[in-house]
Amino acid sequence: MKNFIKEGFKPVDSLNDPDDGHQWSLMQKLLLGLSPKEYFQQLRRNPFNWFLFMIFAVGLPVIVYRYINGLGSVMHGSFDYPWGLFLGFGLFCMVPLSASGFLLGTTVELFGQKDYKPILNLALLNGLLGYFFAVVFLLVDLGMPWRLYYPMVISWGTAAVLFLVGWHVATYLTVQVLEVSESFFEWIGWPTAKNYIHKGTIGLTVAGIILSTLHQGALGTLLTYAPGKVHPLWYSAEFMWIFFLCSSIFAGLCMVIAVSTIVKKTMSWRCSGEFLDNLDSITIGLAKGASMALVTYLVIKIVGMTHDNLWAYLTTGWGTWYLLEIGLGVVLPIILFSFAIRNKSVGLIRFTAFLTIFGLLLNRLNTVLISFNWNLYQEWPPLLETIISVTIFFLFVTVYRFILYRLPILYAWQAVPAKELVSVPVPEQADPDPVQPEHQFAKVVTPS
Amino acid sequence: MSGISRRKFLKSTVVAGGSAAAAMSSTKSFAMKEFEGYPESMGVLVDLTRCIGCRTCEAACNKEHGLPEPELPFDDFSVFDQVFHEGKQKRRTTEKAYTVVNRYDTKAQGAPVYRKLQCFHCSEPACLTSCFVNAYTKTKEGAVIYNADVCVGCRMCMVACPFSMPAYTYDSALHPQIIKCNFCYDNRLTKGKPPACVEACPQEALTFGHRKTLVKTAHERIRSNPKKYVDHVYGEKEVGGTSWMYLSSVPFDQAGFNTTLQHHPILDNTKSFLGIVPMVLGIWPALFMGFHLLAKGGKGDKESKDKVEVHGE
Repeated sequence: MKNFIKEGFKPVDSLNDPDDGHQWSLMQKLLLGLSPKEYFQQLRRNPFNWFLFMIFAVGLPVIVYRYINGLGSVMHGSFDYPWGLFLGFGLFCMVPLSASGFLLGTTVELFGQKDYKPILNLALLNGLLGYFFAVVFLLVDLGMPWRLYYPMVISWGTAAVLFLVGWHVATYLTVQVLEVSESFFEWIGWPTAKNYIHKGTIGLTVAGIILSTLHQGALGTLLTYAPGKVHPLWYSAEFMWIFFLCSSIFAGLCMVIAVSTIVKKTMSWRCSGEFLDNLDSITIGLAKGASMALVTYLVIKIVGMTHDNLWAYLTTGWGTWYLLEIGLGVVLPIILFSFAIRNKSVGLIRFTAFLTIFGLLLNRLNTVLISFNWNLYQEWPPLLETIISVTIFFLFVTVYRFILYRLPILYAWQAVPAKELVSVPVPEQADPDPVQPEHQFAKVVTPS
Repeated sequence: MSGISRRKFLKSTVVAGGSAAAAMSSTKSFAMKEFEGYPESMGVLVDLTRCIGCRTCEAACNKEHGLPEPELPFDDFSVFDQVFHEGKQKRRTTEKAYTVVNRYDTKAQGAPVYRKLQCFHCSEPACLTSCFVNAYTKTKEGAVIYNADVCVGCRMCMVACPFSMPAYTYDSALHPQIIKCNFCYDNRLTKGKPPACVEACPQEALTFGHRKTLVKTAHERIRSNPKKYVDHVYGEKEVGGTSWMYLSSVPFDQAGFNTTLQHHPILDNTKSFLGIVPMVLGIWPALFMGFHLLAKGGKGDKESKDKVEVHGE
């Protein structure tokens, strides 16, 4: 793709071809304005595509194998470890990493911090895809995935925390689809639908906060069903929900930093100048938010330790492991973030964001898998289960990239109201004010 | 004032108020918060001092439920030597066995102790309260039964069970389900008959009866023979009480029991969180809308003015 850009190619970023003013067809939009031949040429040239191809070549058959032979054929099938990587990673890690949508939604739409607007769409998309793929993981893990709708329709177990999680993830997924659909409607060329959705932004954002507060916390509460099984250091009957909620805040913010870093490195051709110019200052702002959440998290962790008087456990082997998790995933990021923010060192912030994500993964896996049944025996996920998890994760990456290439997430859609198009002669359309740094939303509103 | 005098009105008001207060303070309306199990709940008292490890109960259970034949026959006692996961686990209930007996060689006592394991049929079962499709029922007879027709297969109940009793048919691609002891609910318990294992026990190590009576029986046995028994009825209070209870001559942790379990139902652990749910649902919308209006400051009015102007054009 970079080669094409060098040759002066400009990927589709508007409703109409800037050269002759005709509307892009759906096919042209999907191929980014390249001819099919050129498109496959760039597809072949990118080594990352070959990497993905290899993963899917191995992983997809394994997923089919799981559906034919049952869960037992890919998991260890332990009665003592009912959950493996699919939930331990897919649900418990993907959901906090996807808290970005509601966090940035709140910042921009609710608190009116327009500085973060360039990254808002990326945060929303990150949230949507994270949740969507958490559900995909669930579909692999459930014994009878075709009954996924049962808790909604057939039989209500209203006392269960999982009931709340199920309902909230489902409604929140809907909310996020609506939020991201603005970009989609813009891309497909239905400004009326886009404006209609845009009117509900505040309502959707508030709904997002409510649902996120509850289900991020509820995921933690799920573990309070297993008091003796989760190691006391990772368990707290009272504070589990606030641990999970609070850690989802820095996880979501760090995920936005991490994804924007990757995007800047690998697909800067798709980013608008506004996005690239503001990214550094936005990253510093996000890091400030994340370090606040990290400090809060550390404090409530200490409160939780004191409340349950767990200090004695710190001298055991589990204690060392626990201190490693807190040290690498919480304390070190706090130090690095504050140093980097003070010196405006964006590179260090980006590194720390990845470190924090690693810390969060470690925390969730420790709670759900590693410290689970700590006084019984240790069970490790077998090969096929790991292969499926990796495959679904890269499916997530692929879909993520596919959408970033096309929808106006990283760049602003150069929209021209359809009405003007009809009335104004075609040649004058050739230059639809390309230098327009202001936000696109303002421009799309159809003049009366 | 027509018909009703002021005095009469006051009087009736006082009476109505008083009776309402009386109704409020009646213990019944408050007692609803504590569920201590169904009054007619049945149970089984397992006396480990009587068990000789003959595995007759295992065989009876297998026959009663038409379970697949085990690898080793029920009169093969080498199963007691089986250990799994580097010796960290003895035999456990599986999709092919609702109940198993294990042997524990304790230091305190010359002779080994045998323990029968099966679903404990809790008074407030964690499997039931954690299930998001209500697949579990605690029947008034005391059995905890499972309905495979609504089960989605999330295995939350297996995570929640403090005794790790439920097994799962992982190998079934189309209809995997939870497998666990059902207290012989369909064919025996509803007809007032004891479960197959109890009926088969040659040692009367298992006593079937009303749970309430069994608690008394258990304490009576301890009282009349304090040297023989540990002064504890396992299952009387653990996780809010279970229908199956145990008496032992050795400390319970030496007989493979988890002695660290809480004495209130597992459900209670989730209550502090579930309590905030209606609060968040009720308070957040107004709170955050308020923040939003504050953040917008005076700008909000301007925007709405602009809109009016646009419409006026």
